[in-house]
Amino acid sequence: MIAHALFFYFFSIIAVISAIMVTASKNTVHSVFFLILDFISISCLFIMIGAEFLGMIMLIVYVGAVAVLFLFVVMMLNVAQQKNQWFLSKSSSSHIPIGLIISAIIFFELIIVVGGWKYKPDLVNPINLSLTNEISNTHSLGQVLYTDYIHIFQISGMILLIAMIGAIVLTFRQREGVKKQSYLKQISRERSEGVDVIDVPSNKGIKIDD
Amino acid sequence: MEYLNTIFHEVYKILLLLVPVLVSVAMIVWLDRRVWAFVQKRQGPNVVGPFGLLQSLADALKYIFKEIIIPASSNKVIFIIAPIITMTLALIAWAVIPFSESQVLANINVGILYIFAVSSLGVYGIIMGGWASNSKYPFLGAIRSAAQMVSYEVSIGIIIINVLLCVGSLNLNDIVTAQQNMWFIIPLFPMFVIFFISALAETNRPPFDLPEAEAELVAGYQTEYSGMMYAMFWLGEYANILLMCALGSILFLGGWLSPVDLYPLNLIPGAFWLIFKILLLFILFALVKAIVPRYRYDQLMRLGWKIFLPLSLIYVVITASYLFYFNLLPTI
Repeated sequence: MIAHALFFYFFSIIAVISAIMVTASKNTVHSVFFLILDFISISCLFIMIGAEFLGMIMLIVYVGAVAVLFLFVVMMLNVAQQKNQWFLSKSSSSHIPIGLIISAIIFFELIIVVGGWKYKPDLVNPINLSLTNEISNTHSLGQVLYTDYIHIFQISGMILLIAMIGAIVLTFRQREGVKKQSYLKQISRERSEGVDVIDVPSNKGIKIDD
Repeated sequence: MEYLNTIFHEVYKILLLLVPVLVSVAMIVWLDRRVWAFVQKRQGPNVVGPFGLLQSLADALKYIFKEIIIPASSNKVIFIIAPIITMTLALIAWAVIPFSESQVLANINVGILYIFAVSSLGVYGIIMGGWASNSKYPFLGAIRSAAQMVSYEVSIGIIIINVLLCVGSLNLNDIVTAQQNMWFIIPLFPMFVIFFISALAETNRPPFDLPEAEAELVAGYQTEYSGMMYAMFWLGEYANILLMCALGSILFLGGWLSPVDLYPLNLIPGAFWLIFKILLLFILFALVKAIVPRYRYDQLMRLGWKIFLPLSLIYVVITASYLFYFNLLPTI
């Protein structure tokens, strides 16, 4: 039990410190690295309370894919050079009130959610889940997701699909004059059409490959 | 006292796993070079020790005694952390590999997800190394490698779903015992082929070694590294390759099961069969390296997203409908 508590404090202290460092570090790329550390320690906390499937999926999706894209964008845009000096410079101090308002709103929302859950437990209708050791975490999650919440599950999948299509539509641009390689055309080329003997009229020349 | 005892016991078990893995990584480098040489009718490393077996040891000694150079304009902390991350991640994944029914360091419920998560974290060592070097070629190599690994992970994940549909459990031991009657390579052979090619891309092996394409990028993300730090990248890479071979043999070749359940073959311990299968897959890896020329980058991306992803998705549908129709879906 002592070891359990020690590990809990270890991971949660790392999570809190790295969350602070995300906003406080001067280099943007370092911020992303701290964000990754935060994700990892939170997934460790998930695993500690027995939600092993959730923890692993968090590692795979957030750390393995989403944070890589974050890093990509930050590195490619080269924002690392613009040092993050929100707390220091006078010119950008107008951002601070907005940030404070947003964080206050989030804080109150969290209080409402936690308070409602604590003092009015039947506000959100909990599904009867038999949490035993015989059935694994993944199995019980699947049993709830694919029976009681199947419609919500499917709808969230549809929303993700729509978001994906929307992102592709927004960024896709058909460019003119780009030569594309057609594998079918290359493979189906025959010897007879590969070589052409052309009579070139002198002093005029001809145009090939248009 | 009791705590200390358990800690010592665990450390002993970890060392019993780690030391053979590290030694076999060194040996596998020799095997790789040797196979590569034989395909090209060369000799390969054959001077140090019998058949050149100690070549990797000699190389390691050389790396240890070389100076570690840290570029002046690099981001020093991240530059040093990067190879450590690569090697650590390559080694910790071995914790869940079962060598027989009882010989496994951590028999966890979500073993396959753990391996998948750790191998998807592997990209950070490369990105951090490439970015911290603060130089063009390593950065380009790192970006290429990140894009490549993210896109091939998708198809590997869907292939794993194929296998999991047949097993009904995320535990690696359950996956192996589910293959008692038939190895999954027989019903899922197309998936095995796609898994093998995706594993080549995931571990940056030729023909998908674009992150370290010498002709364009010097040595990719490891250009600025020297001495022991370079060796750690190298060790991590080969440990990852071995891990992918182990994963392939567990998912498709029946892990520690013997090929046929007959009397003399039963007595051979499971660890032998697993190592045998890993070696077999690794020799395939080495042969591919020697035979196939390097892909172009757009072809690589096309192969991953436009061919492997739809194919494996279609196969998921086929597997699921087959299992559902013939009532073969695994129960809890």
